[in-house]
Amino acid sequence: MQTANSSNEPMASRAPWVQALRFMLVMAILLGLFYPLVTTWVGGMLFPDQGKGSLIHAEDGRVIGSRLVAQTFVGEAYFIGRPSSAGNDAGEVVGSNLAPDSLELRERASADAAAVAAREGGSLDRVPLDLITASGSGIDPHISPAAADIQVARVARARGIEEASVMALVDESLEHTGWLGSPVVNVLVLNARLDDRFPPPSTGME
Amino acid sequence: MNDVIAIYAVVALLAVPLGAYIANAVGERRGRLDTLFGVIETPIYRLSGLRPDHAMSWQAYAMAIVKLHGALIVFAWLLFMGQGLLPLNPDAIPGMPWDTALHTAVSFATNTNQQHYSGQAQLSHLSQTLAIVTLQFVTPATGAAVLIAIARTLLKKRADGALGVGNYYHDMTRLVVRVLLPLAAAVALMLTWQGVPASYQASHQVEMLDPQVEEVQSVPLGPVASMVAIKQLGTNGGGWFGPNSSVPLENPTPLANVIETASIMLIPVALLVAIALIANRRRLMVGIGAVMLAFSLVSTSAVVMSERMPNAALTGLYQTDAGLQGNLEGKELRFGTDLSALWGSWTTQTSNGSVNAMHDSFNPLGGMMLLMDMFVNVTFGGIGVGLIGFLLYLMLAAFIGSLMVGRAPELFGKPLETREMRWISLAILAQPLVILGLTALTVALPGLAQTSNAGFHGLSQVLYEFTSAFANNGSGFEGLGDDTPWWNLTCVVALLVGRFVPMLVPLAVAGWLVTKRSAPSGRGTLAMDSAAFMGLTAGVIVIVNLLGFLPALVLGPIGEAVTSGTGF
Repeated sequence: MQTANSSNEPMASRAPWVQALRFMLVMAILLGLFYPLVTTWVGGMLFPDQGKGSLIHAEDGRVIGSRLVAQTFVGEAYFIGRPSSAGNDAGEVVGSNLAPDSLELRERASADAAAVAAREGGSLDRVPLDLITASGSGIDPHISPAAADIQVARVARARGIEEASVMALVDESLEHTGWLGSPVVNVLVLNARLDDRFPPPSTGME
Repeated sequence: MNDVIAIYAVVALLAVPLGAYIANAVGERRGRLDTLFGVIETPIYRLSGLRPDHAMSWQAYAMAIVKLHGALIVFAWLLFMGQGLLPLNPDAIPGMPWDTALHTAVSFATNTNQQHYSGQAQLSHLSQTLAIVTLQFVTPATGAAVLIAIARTLLKKRADGALGVGNYYHDMTRLVVRVLLPLAAAVALMLTWQGVPASYQASHQVEMLDPQVEEVQSVPLGPVASMVAIKQLGTNGGGWFGPNSSVPLENPTPLANVIETASIMLIPVALLVAIALIANRRRLMVGIGAVMLAFSLVSTSAVVMSERMPNAALTGLYQTDAGLQGNLEGKELRFGTDLSALWGSWTTQTSNGSVNAMHDSFNPLGGMMLLMDMFVNVTFGGIGVGLIGFLLYLMLAAFIGSLMVGRAPELFGKPLETREMRWISLAILAQPLVILGLTALTVALPGLAQTSNAGFHGLSQVLYEFTSAFANNGSGFEGLGDDTPWWNLTCVVALLVGRFVPMLVPLAVAGWLVTKRSAPSGRGTLAMDSAAFMGLTAGVIVIVNLLGFLPALVLGPIGEAVTSGTGF
């Protein structure tokens, strides 16, 4: 760049490398160590449950999972969540990243839709949209109330209980019912409650 | 739609007092803030051996930026490659390959935060904090500092004879300590309250509840909240987790989503207020803000409408007479389509680049709006650089406008001559040159592109990646297999040119103009703060970008839309 006929006045400071390096180290210590340490420590003290991953514990203190991380369910006695491109592994979170013109997306969604229709005994035009679309994170813990409703009959049958008792647990597991957002069902919370109150016939098999 | 409007309103309400505070915090008058923050600032000056009141010329200011960023890039590069041998690595993550590490260092040092790795799996806690978080503070502060330096020289109405543009380290220190740190700490605590982890422990390993699924699931932890706060506030965008704020651990609730969305836009808008006060140019800033808001509303409503449309791949597979509708592929249920679309348009308008839904799976016209947001890149824009970029277009409009009314070109009463116009044109033309040039090379040479989609969307993926790099945005159509030496090195070029050319050219122009004699204003003088001139500037922005990028858009998202079943 050609040097302008710049004023000769404030040119003195040539900003030496040493100054840049020293400033960088000071900033790294303040912002890269001190700031995260303090906010993490204070946040962990004020909100110990949330700070450690919002874990769900069983009666015996065993960790069942996190309210914020979906799990994979295949058993008849369980509610099933949204398709996941990550196998519900929070260590490998990822979306499908498939575009609307993707044949692969069409094939995956067709298979998912057919599976839902077969499992719940209905036609494709009763399959809720959230059960055939993969979430962005691959660990979306929620399904819509409609997606829970179509699974109630099967879960009740598999556990040998009244549909009404399952419905009641679905309502208990609704989240975001306030003025922000729309109500959704937390699948892991719901399934943990089911296991707690109405253990499936198959448990204790091992 | 109501929640979209509400979040716009929240930002507007918060930005005015914040802007006034910023103007006060970096102003020359001494006051209570000096006493309050002196506790942190004085040791910073002493430890780095600085004289904060030492005025710099624009060249010295620019050199200080180049040197600090050079040092930071080398520091982060070495840290990423050597993290396997260093502490704070509970999950035993190995060092990064040299090219990924270089790309990551440059990407974070340019306020881009484009990621060719997956955050939580490839960076240790030390790398995430010491390198990434440091850069997430330093880079937005740099953008704001340059903007303020320009405001002091080019924009300030009464010339007080001083030719210095300020002191870079002084501006940096005050912006970091007085503005960014308190805001980030507050947002970090609010996010932890909502469920974002704050812990230095290793991941939990959990057996899945269903006994038929014999898998162990990991629940990752880390000092996540502190990083997410500054990534949102600092138009950074690089998240703890690969899929960013779509991950429930990074963005757990609708309230957290409101906080994070508002944080994207807050400082870029507040800086308009701050500059209006610092330079005493209220009318000009209201005009610029109105143009930006108009662009923002057009883009946001287009994306919201587009994502409410069905996804063409899913036709006939689900219930359409009741229940959820719209394009839910790649979106989280707790946000739905509207709030995902709002985040998508704001994150591309402001060069933030964080996401709460996968842009790759947006409907074609929604995806095209995101691209256009990044081409324009001055719809509020990145911290500091958004308004600097707008000034660049304003300079071009002043040149054209002066010629149209038959006057010698001038800017704020100072003559715009060949040297200025040569550099302004170069800074504007660098964008299509770099983006289209690299896109063409990548698709022309076999084996380089690594796209996950064929046809039109494949081209969109490549175009999006370079556009995002040049715009210092950092979001991506993430299906792209971009962790290759080709992608890493070409993106490094786009990142550096896209960051420093459009930032330093206006600083140079301000430095050149301030030494020139003012022309007396008369009846024919271009009224830069008039509605007509703002209209002209908006027109210049639209025309320049359409001329540059319309052909590429036709081959990408427009081709995709017209060949898809739904037309969206």
